[in-house]
Amino acid sequence: MTAHITGIGVVSPLGLSREEHWKALLDGCSGLGPTRSFDSTRYDNPISGEVPHFSQEELPSRLLPATDRMTQMSLVAAAGAFDDSGIDRDQIDPLDIGVMTASTAGGYAFGQKELQNLWSKGPKYVSTHQSYAWFYAVNTGQISIRHGCQGHSGVIVADDAGGLDAIATAARRLARGNRVMLTGSVDSTMCPWGRVAHTSTGHLSKSADPRTAYLPFDERAGGWVNGEGGAHLVLRSESDGRYASVLGHGATVDDPRADPGAGLVQAIRLALDAARLRARDIGVVFADAAGTRQADGAEAAALAEVFGRNSVPVTAPKAATGRMGCGTASLDVATAVLALRDQMIPPTVNVEADASLGINLCTAAAPHRITHALVLARGIGGFNSALIVGA
Amino acid sequence: MSRRVFITGVGVVAPGGVGRDAFWDLLTQGRTATRRLSLCDPEPFRSQVAAEVDFRAEAAGLTEQQSVELDRAAQFALVAAREAVEDAGWRDTCPPGRAGVVVGSAVGATTKLEEVYRQLSADGSLWDVIPDSPAQLYSYFVPSSFAAGIAREFGVTGQSGVVSTGCTSGIDAVGNAWELIQDGILDSVVCGATDAPISPITVACFDAIKATSTYNDTPETASRPFDATRGGFVLGEGSAMFVLESEESVLRRGARVYGEIKGYASRCNAYHMTGLKADGRELAQAVTAALTQARMDPGELDYVNAHGSGTKQNDRHETAALKASLGTAARHVPISSIKSMVGHSLGAIGSLEIAACALALRYDVIPPTANLTRPDPELDLDYVPVHARKQQTDGILTTGSGFGGFQSAMVLADPEKRS
Repeated sequence: MTAHITGIGVVSPLGLSREEHWKALLDGCSGLGPTRSFDSTRYDNPISGEVPHFSQEELPSRLLPATDRMTQMSLVAAAGAFDDSGIDRDQIDPLDIGVMTASTAGGYAFGQKELQNLWSKGPKYVSTHQSYAWFYAVNTGQISIRHGCQGHSGVIVADDAGGLDAIATAARRLARGNRVMLTGSVDSTMCPWGRVAHTSTGHLSKSADPRTAYLPFDERAGGWVNGEGGAHLVLRSESDGRYASVLGHGATVDDPRADPGAGLVQAIRLALDAARLRARDIGVVFADAAGTRQADGAEAAALAEVFGRNSVPVTAPKAATGRMGCGTASLDVATAVLALRDQMIPPTVNVEADASLGINLCTAAAPHRITHALVLARGIGGFNSALIVGA
Repeated sequence: MSRRVFITGVGVVAPGGVGRDAFWDLLTQGRTATRRLSLCDPEPFRSQVAAEVDFRAEAAGLTEQQSVELDRAAQFALVAAREAVEDAGWRDTCPPGRAGVVVGSAVGATTKLEEVYRQLSADGSLWDVIPDSPAQLYSYFVPSSFAAGIAREFGVTGQSGVVSTGCTSGIDAVGNAWELIQDGILDSVVCGATDAPISPITVACFDAIKATSTYNDTPETASRPFDATRGGFVLGEGSAMFVLESEESVLRRGARVYGEIKGYASRCNAYHMTGLKADGRELAQAVTAALTQARMDPGELDYVNAHGSGTKQNDRHETAALKASLGTAARHVPISSIKSMVGHSLGAIGSLEIAACALALRYDVIPPTANLTRPDPELDLDYVPVHARKQQTDGILTTGSGFGGFQSAMVLADPEKRS
């Protein structure tokens, strides 16, 4: 598997473009704060990582009533990725360009609005867009229409791990004949219905302080924070030398009878094998960093098993953005590519690593010589995914 | 060199009966399972017909807890997967890490989500829904829980997930599984699709775009693909699941094979989220690409299992696509839509149609298009009206077309006849 990344588009709580996000991350900024887009005061989880100043003006006005916020952000990130890739559309048959996104749960806010219309007013008040605007396939569909992509496309759902699985599936599509793939994922949960979905997991942070709400690998860890945003990537079979390439992927589901990190270990080993690399080739790990003591412990143990205790540098930029469903892992891949480009490891903000975990966590931005980055993502239900990017 | 991939087990939960045999009896007898909507109150809706499964979870082998906690779509998938795995004699025969689960679903756990929404919003009166949710709520939001549940059931630990591409999900999930085996990532996959969308929000959303049939007084004949009087699709539900195995696995186990998946391709029309272009160009491209992979000529097809949703637009679009992709063979090959009998179960139907193809390969019977009694002069191919046909069936094409613009095609063949 070799798929060259030739374009990156980012919408993140830290910025509305790739470079804004990257600069804010290196500066140690955090995008977490009190929730603004809906009244979160009646929920125990008041902190969010919202995309500030997201402007719908970049989108045609007719699309606005037909789209959830996650789709609007996805369209902005996709346009950013296509622009960045600089591909000459006149030279490529639309049938050779595909779209492979991930979805977590569809458009929460659009779905809530139409459920409310149905139950408070009646069937005649349900939007003519409801049949597709909330559903899992919507971002791929809308991107394909907006950018005229007619090639083999799809949508992968594996909770947060899907953000990597979709990129790997897109990379495999290049080997099967697509010349260009737009992939990655962008997600948003910002409405009461989305918040309640996550509180039901019991793992959402109850802290009201943005500086302590999401502290993965910290003794004080008390759950994660919902964010929004993500990244889209353009993959091609030919490299233009600007960014790294997708080199390997491995995915597993947990065996409930095995150690809680065993499935993750196996996913990492599959990715290393697929990339024909050894553990020591990995210069940085972008961790899943669930921010619960149990999941962090399992992940740290998995990293220790593959790399040794306190060895490979580990970071979790999502401490500054919150978890945006499958968008998180796609954003981590974009960030990892920028880390390789600039030879800088971005920090895990606000965290003091729990020494007992034996994890070499980067809490301040620092230059490092790195040739390969490993990105990890885990999903509820036992999904583990590992993706390697490198030169 | 890609590995060959075979279907060795088939499990079905469909309108008209639970189980593969009940499904095949219904199809080959040309009976319809469409009826007056009963899973929710039909009165408020424009379309009051549906193809519903008479399903009792505990009678189908689920525990009381599963029958209470799992969404209907998850229940269907689990029951269908068990039948497929038993049919293949596959359980515990594959190293867990070399087996995966891929489930297609268009709308996931819609029924449970709506049920919980009503409780937490006091029937839509609260925007700030009450944060007093059942522990399972998140699993209803993420359809990946369907794949996770089936992986747990069979102790599978290889790459797994859900493929959700609207109404082509059922073809694309099996296609995704086929590719995972071809690419050497897995040796076996329990795959297929499920949907149980017959709930007020889904009925209402199709009402809103007038996509569903309004033959409310004659529900038994409400789904009329390719007929001059067709008036939209009938919302259905169900699941079909399969065991897919590599050639090595089939040979090692001496497994009995339904058929080989020879080709699979998908395209996007990049045109409209719900509309179709009349020329069917992208569906035709998908068909041609799937046949090319299969190294088969259109003339080698004995049967085309059509998407045939029964909307004015689809049946025209699909007929054009088949003419464009199959050439003169389109004039001769029998084409039918089982949606005339089991309705349109969104993401699930593509897998139910693959199940019909697998059974047609095994039994050499072509299911008919029920209710096709008034041919549409615009649609001039052989749509196998009303009665099944007993004939040698060794090469089959199945097609799907869906919201989001997805157009998918899969080619299956009897491995004895076409290797």
